[in-house]
Amino acid sequence: MQELIVILVDGLVFSSYLFMVAVGLTVIFGVMKILNVTHGSFYAFGAYMSATLIGAYYATDWPEFGGFLAIFAAALIVGVFFGIILERGLLRFLYHRDEHIIVLATFAMFLVLEDVLLLIWGTDPYFAFEPMGVLGSVDIVELTFDVYSLTLIGLAIIVGVGLWLGLTKTKWGKLLLAVIFDREVSQAMGINVTVVFTVTFVIGAIMGALGGAYIAPTISVNPGIGVEVIVLAFAVVVIGGMGSIPGAMIGALLVGISRAAAVHKFPEIELFVIYAIMAVVLSIRPEGLFAPAQARKI
Amino acid sequence: MRHMDKTVTGLTIAFVVLFLADFFMAEWVRFIGLQSLARGAVALGLLVLWRTGLVSFGHALYFGIGAYAAAMLTLVGYHDAFFLVFAGTLASGVLAFLLGFLLRRYRAIFFALLNMAFSMILYGVIVKTEELGSTDGFSLHPPTFLGYAPEGEAVQTTLFIFTLVFTYIVTVGVHLYLKTTLGGMSMAVRENEIRVEYLGYSAEKVIHVKYVFSGLVAGFGGAIMALAIGQVDPDSMANWNVSGEFVFITILSGIGNVGATYIGALVFELIRTYAFEYAPQVWQFILGGSLLAIIMFLPDGIWSLVDRLRKSEG
Repeated sequence: MQELIVILVDGLVFSSYLFMVAVGLTVIFGVMKILNVTHGSFYAFGAYMSATLIGAYYATDWPEFGGFLAIFAAALIVGVFFGIILERGLLRFLYHRDEHIIVLATFAMFLVLEDVLLLIWGTDPYFAFEPMGVLGSVDIVELTFDVYSLTLIGLAIIVGVGLWLGLTKTKWGKLLLAVIFDREVSQAMGINVTVVFTVTFVIGAIMGALGGAYIAPTISVNPGIGVEVIVLAFAVVVIGGMGSIPGAMIGALLVGISRAAAVHKFPEIELFVIYAIMAVVLSIRPEGLFAPAQARKI
Repeated sequence: MRHMDKTVTGLTIAFVVLFLADFFMAEWVRFIGLQSLARGAVALGLLVLWRTGLVSFGHALYFGIGAYAAAMLTLVGYHDAFFLVFAGTLASGVLAFLLGFLLRRYRAIFFALLNMAFSMILYGVIVKTEELGSTDGFSLHPPTFLGYAPEGEAVQTTLFIFTLVFTYIVTVGVHLYLKTTLGGMSMAVRENEIRVEYLGYSAEKVIHVKYVFSGLVAGFGGAIMALAIGQVDPDSMANWNVSGEFVFITILSGIGNVGATYIGALVFELIRTYAFEYAPQVWQFILGGSLLAIIMFLPDGIWSLVDRLRKSEG
């Protein structure tokens, strides 16, 4: 029983983490049909920026809860900066090209940014655990969990619901849906697709950076975190159906809880259980669990 | 006599020149050459797939299987290069044949990603297997060649010729295959699969054949790589960015000509080696930057330069 609760809580925390890193990827794919490998860099830059800002913040004697603002500030700075630079400076020149070429261009950008990261922050790991200390820990059935990790679940829900509401209830969201459904017709109807693309990409980038920024206090921020996260995010997005926000949520839950179960029950399969799920889901439902149906153009 | 095929002529000349050059090459040149041939073989497999409009982001799977199959056989006492490379190639081929039944139903980004999923499963298995050295991998004894057991530099010299001969056969074979009806179907499948079906061909079968083939050559490349470096490890043989590098080489080469893949692989290897040597801080930056430059300014790869040259002459 106790083990089950541990698996469940661990799984939920890990799922929320996965959702946070995957949701930006799925938003960008849904609207722009771009599989963005650079998402791993957004995540890594978010984490480093957050660690730096948190460090700077706690060096002052301002109220300790303010440290959380540093996290969101880091995500905003990284997301807006890289989002605009990448979309305006690179991707827009490639929209007419083959989709694989665009993936490869983002892969190239990912390689470039990996080294930029090293040039800025060096190879030493960064730690920024102060926000965790502020929130302390809590006991659930005689087991200690740190509250900060649990807040990740709340954040994931807020982000998920927020995005979903924004997409279905606001005028902007409806424009976005129109572009997702048929880009050419929406352009003909007077929607400024160029702006929609830029804004979407920036939002996706902020989400990726936020994932990194929020997770930063719980990990040692070191080079290489971007490489790890990108395949994880891919797996989640592919399982849920690329471009679907509820899909990303279900995919994250599926992967998160299975991995938590694997870690506690069969640690030796922990690494590949995620990809095994991905392979199984894809072989049964190629488009993923929640992919919107596509009209076939002959 | 029929008009001699230009590509075959070119490949034959390159083969003879490299064969002779082997005896004079500096050791590091040969090392780069061997790696280029190994990676070039994988890119050749990707080229064959790309002609049907499919791109795999997971061919490190077959590269890794080829390398590890060869390496594992050395653990149980087999050291003959012929046997090791044959076994590595075969292992990858069989796996590609089996997975092919599933993968041939997929197109576009799903094909690419499903391949990646399978390659990451292999990566996960290797990393978790302590007997195979986990993330460190393990090293191999120098191979023997049908009883001939060279020592020192002679190992690499012999291995180079060995690789060269097989690469030559495979590459000419692919070139001739692409000229057959079945090979010619690839462009047709890419352009319009439904029409291909109406013509009475099975698009899925065309893809399956190509997939098995690409698996075979990737396994071949992997086995050669394992023997050339004398070491296998998951991060440089089976991780997802290795697959990305293969696609990089294919883009670099362009899909115009089978021989171009080796030139692409060589250019890649040179960029990587020199970037690592002279600018270890920014080698990924240079690699990524060159890839971007190719995508932006040379969209059809290095081979398009040759085409341009021909056009200006003609």
